[in-house]
Amino acid sequence: MNPPDTHDIGGGWRELAEGLHGLRAEPPATLRPAVLERVGLADAYLTVDGPAGPLLVAFNGRGISATAPGSDEAAFAERFQARFRRPLRPADRPPARLVAQVRRLLDPDRRGTPPRYDLRGTSAFEQAVLAKAQEIPRGQVRPYAWVAGELGQPAAVRAVGAALGRNPIPVLIPCHRVVGSDGRLTGYAWGVGYKRALLAAEGADPEELERLGRRGTRFYGSDTTRIYCYPTCVHARRVTDRHLLRFGGVAEAAAAGYRPCRVCRPPALAR
Amino acid sequence: MDIQPELPDRLARDLDGAFEELVGAHERLVFGLALRVVGDRADAEEVAQDTFERAYHALAGYPAERVAAMRLRPWLAQIALNLARNRLRRRPPPARPLEDGDGQPLAVAAPAAAEPAQVAERGQERELLAALLASLPRHWREAVVLRHVEGLPYAEVAEVLGRPVGTVKTHVHRGVRQLREDLERREERVPR
Repeated sequence: MNPPDTHDIGGGWRELAEGLHGLRAEPPATLRPAVLERVGLADAYLTVDGPAGPLLVAFNGRGISATAPGSDEAAFAERFQARFRRPLRPADRPPARLVAQVRRLLDPDRRGTPPRYDLRGTSAFEQAVLAKAQEIPRGQVRPYAWVAGELGQPAAVRAVGAALGRNPIPVLIPCHRVVGSDGRLTGYAWGVGYKRALLAAEGADPEELERLGRRGTRFYGSDTTRIYCYPTCVHARRVTDRHLLRFGGVAEAAAAGYRPCRVCRPPALAR
Repeated sequence: MDIQPELPDRLARDLDGAFEELVGAHERLVFGLALRVVGDRADAEEVAQDTFERAYHALAGYPAERVAAMRLRPWLAQIALNLARNRLRRRPPPARPLEDGDGQPLAVAAPAAAEPAQVAERGQERELLAALLASLPRHWREAVVLRHVEGLPYAEVAEVLGRPVGTVKTHVHRGVRQLREDLERREERVPR
């Protein structure tokens, strides 16, 4: 930087020039990390109460960037840095808006704008899969094949599983609501036990779902509406036992003259 | 001239990789300038954060050739100055006007530095000078801050303020003269 300049200040006033230059202020040490977090080149994290225990949540100015169940901050930071190659530090103070949005998202009795997510580093396909998972309501589940079918790529069932396995924001982006076609809680990065606990906390009955699957039930039908649904669909759950039919597949439901529910959108019979 | 002449090139090639360097190279100027305009460290830090955030998104949207040709220091100073002025405008005016010397126009919403008289009594020269600077009319103050506090060459001061070099020199000159007069008056008044 230029030294203090006196020629335009006047003779004998070197002190004034030095005094003015001495008014240069040191920026606070918090400025640089705050700027990098705001533009998304660094992240901060905090712990919130999740549906099945504590949840670590990393975020930057673009949105929530990562979550992890548990309270092992060191392991979280290590995994975060290995995957995103950005600095991560504990948040100075929790950003009120974001915390409120997370609480609302996790609160079964409330609705509201979901938080923004920073999904840089995931592919377009992965983002489409994660967006689909977010369409599954709390307390309900859908098969991997449903996600693939909804994306117009019915053969991409394994790719859907891989994309959900790479979900950087588990719990908040509910990849745990996607299960095997036979109702089994297959494959969860944080353990099938945790997936079971999340679904139970949301009001789904994972044991019952698995039992149904083992007995070969894929869809519920109602003999009053002649519509078939996924068993956890809000409409299926309203059908009384007297009117409830169980179908082992689309062909069976179609043969009985039933049509797919327009809300949970099970597959229709291919023509 | 910028501190790191090759930084615009690197920003053009890899904004995310070079951005922290941009912040490191200019945070002192951006924060210091904001502080001398808004007068409060917490407000100045927010202005500085906003400045770099705007800069990041602007750079992300510009074509690479444009970024590579940028003169970053005056550009950042200009963003900081505009944001700091906006913040001052949104803030309610101070309860009591600052002492304004001999009939000079009051610095509107001058930063909430301590009263010059009180500060002088405590003998804190740095704070006295900061308070006198804060009480200068805005055009003079901004020119003096850029030229003599932050040490920018006149060409860059003119660029930041959007005025001809001659005008800027006049503003610096008048601001400095005012400071000299204020100081002389205090030397007479305050026993050492």
